[in-house]
Amino acid sequence: MKQNGFLGLLFNALFLTFIAAPLVVVIAVSFTDKGFISLPFDGASLRWFRAILANDQMVDAFWLSVRLALVAATVGVALALPAALAIARYRFPGRAALTGFFLSPMMIPAVVLGIAFLRFLSLLGLGGSFWALCATHVIIVVPYALRLALSSAIGLDRDAERAALSCGASRFTAFRRVVLPMIRTGVAGGWVLSFIQSFDELTMTIFVATPGTTTLPVAMYNQIAQTIDPLVASVSTVLIVGTIVLMLLLDRMVGLDRVLIGETR
Amino acid sequence: MATLDNDRAGAAPWLLSAPALLLFGSLLLVPLLLTLVLSFHVFSDSQGTLATYTLRNYLEVITDPYYGAIFARTAGMAFAVTFLCVVLGVPETIVLARMKRPWQSICLLIVLGPLLISVVVRTLGWQILLGNNGVLNNALQALHITDEPIRLVFTMTGVVIALTHVLVPFMVMSVWATLQKLDPQVEWAGRSMGASPFRVFRRVVLPQILPGILSGSIIVFALSASAFATPSLIGGRRLKVVATAAYDEFLGTLNWPLGATIAVLLLIANVAIVLGCSRLAERRFKHIFD
Repeated sequence: MKQNGFLGLLFNALFLTFIAAPLVVVIAVSFTDKGFISLPFDGASLRWFRAILANDQMVDAFWLSVRLALVAATVGVALALPAALAIARYRFPGRAALTGFFLSPMMIPAVVLGIAFLRFLSLLGLGGSFWALCATHVIIVVPYALRLALSSAIGLDRDAERAALSCGASRFTAFRRVVLPMIRTGVAGGWVLSFIQSFDELTMTIFVATPGTTTLPVAMYNQIAQTIDPLVASVSTVLIVGTIVLMLLLDRMVGLDRVLIGETR
Repeated sequence: MATLDNDRAGAAPWLLSAPALLLFGSLLLVPLLLTLVLSFHVFSDSQGTLATYTLRNYLEVITDPYYGAIFARTAGMAFAVTFLCVVLGVPETIVLARMKRPWQSICLLIVLGPLLISVVVRTLGWQILLGNNGVLNNALQALHITDEPIRLVFTMTGVVIALTHVLVPFMVMSVWATLQKLDPQVEWAGRSMGASPFRVFRRVVLPQILPGILSGSIIVFALSASAFATPSLIGGRRLKVVATAAYDEFLGTLNWPLGATIAVLLLIANVAIVLGCSRLAERRFKHIFD
């Protein structure tokens, strides 16, 4: 394709500024030594990062979110992987409907999911249960894990598997020793993406979270809805840095464009 | 000996997807059906939700101008955000596609990366930027562009700006996917036949990326129509949209049946718009998808 002209590059610079500005501002603000949010500020300090550790609510919410995302991503991948193999390798009646059903949580508004889960859990008397929260997050992450597993399982060369089988390997051995190594990156990428999706989920979780099961995004939302102080900015900075690390990991593993856009090349 | 047989699938695919199917059936389908049932229940201020059936909730949401205003505001917000995402996202994607590596990868990472950062964090950034004493207003006053702070927090303008920021990566993703399939030779062919760059863009490039713009618009519209965090934090309590109204019915006034009614209507509207537009796009661009 053609080269970019001056206008194109100027537009790109402005666009990138628009995208980066809110994140840069959050990071900048979190280094203030004042008790309120102001920019520019005179003195820089790490005061608000130390304040995170002193804030039990945020620390508890952080660890709850970590445990929740670990469980949701692991169970989500464990459920999505066999389903992805079924969809990728067999032609059967109902295949398109099944795929649509598994991807549907992405299409249903998170508010609607939140309301449905709240009604369901309160009827069962499971409101406030950590494991019930995990189950709802599994539903949220399965589409992401499935999409990535599918993108690596579709179009997989099956001759290697045939060779293993004809040499006497059992189906399970052939899967474990031949197929799994070939789709490993898609599965691992799906796990990381699922972890991020579960860790960041707000809109659905805010309905089912109780004082005992407050995740980090919910705790931050509750705090920001009342007042914005430098503490939420410093927590956000930690999250931004953490996400960038995971993002670079994903980019190394599968390529970020493949994670987000799907198979394009 | 085990062999591979593609044609005779039998029960294998169903066995493989059984665990996920069981979970989705019991934890997605059942709760959604329960919500539908809930929306027909009666709510009484003194006794809460009663197990009797009525259509009153739907009549109330459809006829009460209070809810009409909320639905209209949400639709207006979603249209504005979709429009801005097209106007900003499509040119940016074309610029990105014309870049060389490694700049292309770096810029793409900056544009798409925020998708993975919590929406609460991104909204907080806009609150700091847009506030009356915020970065943007201080800069505008320091440059003597305005004398008084422009009110952006708790206005629809502020919500639309922040929501555009949250959702524009989806537009870039969608257009990027169609641009990858574009054959650059066709563009050169148009140029060599004597067409102006603008004409080539309008007659050759645009028709080919139109499906991407359309599917991106569908995604952005659906997501902004059901957005919660950004309208709630930047719009505030008084600037209600459908998602925040449903939240308030559920966790504020505790009128669950009415909240469920709003949720059902939001879901129906969403599905209708997404499926309707996709069908339209498929019929219109059949030659491209085939």
